[in-house]
Amino acid sequence: MISEHIPALQVVVPLLAAPICFMILNNRMAWLFATLVSWLSFAMAIMLVMEVKDGTVLRYEFGGWAPPWGIEYSVDILNAYVLLIVSGIAAVVFPYSWKSIQKEIPESHYRIYFTAMLLCLAGLLGMTITGDAFNLFVLLEISSLSSYTLISLGRDRRALTASFQYLIMGTIGATFILIGIGLLYALTGTLNMADLAVRIPPLEGSRTLEAAFAFLIVGFGLKLAMFPLHLWLPNAYAFAPSAVSAFIGSTATKVAIYALLRFLFTIFGTKFSFDYMQVHWLLMPLAVVSIMFASIVAVFQDGIKRLLAYSSVAQIGYMLLGISLVNVTGLTGTLLHLFNHALMKGGLFLTLGAVAYQIGNTRVKSVAGLGQAMPFTMGAFVVGALSLIGVPLTVGFISKWYLILATLEKGYWPLTVLILISSLIAVVYTWRIIETAYFQDRPADAPPVSEAPLSLLIPAWTLIAANLYFGINSSLSTELASSAATMLFGGNL
Amino acid sequence: MISLELYNYWVVIFLMMAGFYTLIVSNHLIKKIVGLNIFQTSVFMLYISMGKVAGGTAPIAAEGIETYSNPLPHVLILTAIVVGIATTSLALALVIRIKESYGTVQENEILELDHISDTGPQA
Repeated sequence: MISEHIPALQVVVPLLAAPICFMILNNRMAWLFATLVSWLSFAMAIMLVMEVKDGTVLRYEFGGWAPPWGIEYSVDILNAYVLLIVSGIAAVVFPYSWKSIQKEIPESHYRIYFTAMLLCLAGLLGMTITGDAFNLFVLLEISSLSSYTLISLGRDRRALTASFQYLIMGTIGATFILIGIGLLYALTGTLNMADLAVRIPPLEGSRTLEAAFAFLIVGFGLKLAMFPLHLWLPNAYAFAPSAVSAFIGSTATKVAIYALLRFLFTIFGTKFSFDYMQVHWLLMPLAVVSIMFASIVAVFQDGIKRLLAYSSVAQIGYMLLGISLVNVTGLTGTLLHLFNHALMKGGLFLTLGAVAYQIGNTRVKSVAGLGQAMPFTMGAFVVGALSLIGVPLTVGFISKWYLILATLEKGYWPLTVLILISSLIAVVYTWRIIETAYFQDRPADAPPVSEAPLSLLIPAWTLIAANLYFGINSSLSTELASSAATMLFGGNL
Repeated sequence: MISLELYNYWVVIFLMMAGFYTLIVSNHLIKKIVGLNIFQTSVFMLYISMGKVAGGTAPIAAEGIETYSNPLPHVLILTAIVVGIATTSLALALVIRIKESYGTVQENEILELDHISDTGPQA
């Protein structure tokens, strides 16, 4: 039966599709092929979610080699949920790409673009689904290397330096993760996550284990852009092609957060991570600083993409804050924010791609008067911005609601105030754009603008509509997030 | 007292710090890549050292061979070396493109040029 092999196919299909896509010489065919593969991955992710929704864990042994010797893929609620996010965003961004890259990437690079996108998708899905620590490192590098390539495809020459900077910092992060995994292997003699989870608790107090823990936290911190390790992120998102910003901005950091959760909760276990190492006292101040600092910096940006990138750093702060509260409500908030932030940032970056397609850049000044000229595009931006602020009936509200509940549950009311203040700062930085678009006239000498083509608007509105749908009917996302959070605290893989 | 029995780990730490230092301090992009390579190599040595069993040979099933080294870390590091090569070649390709469009590979000069274009059109 083919359905038994879905956990493997989830990664193998996009991975094998990448070289095939490179060999398709017709650009349009390559795009259609890549889009089809992304939809297929999304369908497989949905099937996996359906299967594990009731708490069953799917295990897939590669080549029939039983773990801990062979590489094992294991799917539980948590990673099925992250698979759904990653492949869902891919299924929207791939069809969008065709029109968007026509003005941003030279025609000779189209195939490279789709190949790199497929590799990045395969890497991210693989990192999420794998049950083997070393396999996670390899797939992390596959997704990272392809995202460096994708970022360097940006039109501006600063895309090259942004990509180089990301490459240096990303590789340091990945090497730290490699050291951490190596130290764990030296201690336990295993790389299988479920096996590691069994062998680590008796080692508590070992200096090597503490060093491994520290290396892994810093390594994942770099990959997920935890303040102050976020320096690569703003330029990378600002200068990448629009479709790439949308894809990487809404998936790469989320998968890194997932990997951090997997190590903190499943492999090291809550007892070691929080009771013994007290890691939440490291994460909490960093989360607080990143929420405040990045939100304030976002207010002063001239480029909308860079503004949204700083806002992403702040949103990552929310996710870390949820982890650092160490309760089920907080972790549910973190997981919901993974999902919701992917929807809102994906939607906003796709909208900006439509703006870039029509007017050639995305500076705050340049959007003046677009409220009238491009009503559907800017309408989508307004809804996305409301979601980013956390207005009721949008997804942003749901995750902030859970985070606020969690802070109150712990009695940390200053954090509640912090979340509210940072939401107000989000009002400030998004209002700057909306005010320019709707209440300022387009300069008289500017060329006339019309509405963006439908092939850009439909994908953008799909994500924006999802912001509203899951904001009103949040039962699917909250159900998955809360059962995943409960599972993580229950400590079973 | 520094134990000389574990000297290979001291080499690992020395290489790691030397590479990391070069990576952070140097202004020249190629030197940064060299630093990154030394940094990665130290990790390869860490893995290889931990797999080695004193007096052990290669894990080949043959008569008279009792102790052999753990092959797994060695195999893992083959993969990591491939990843390292991919990273280095991509980094070098980026440096070529940077040289073509900026005319320099000195980080401070690139930052200066970026600063000038920041006041111009921004993405």
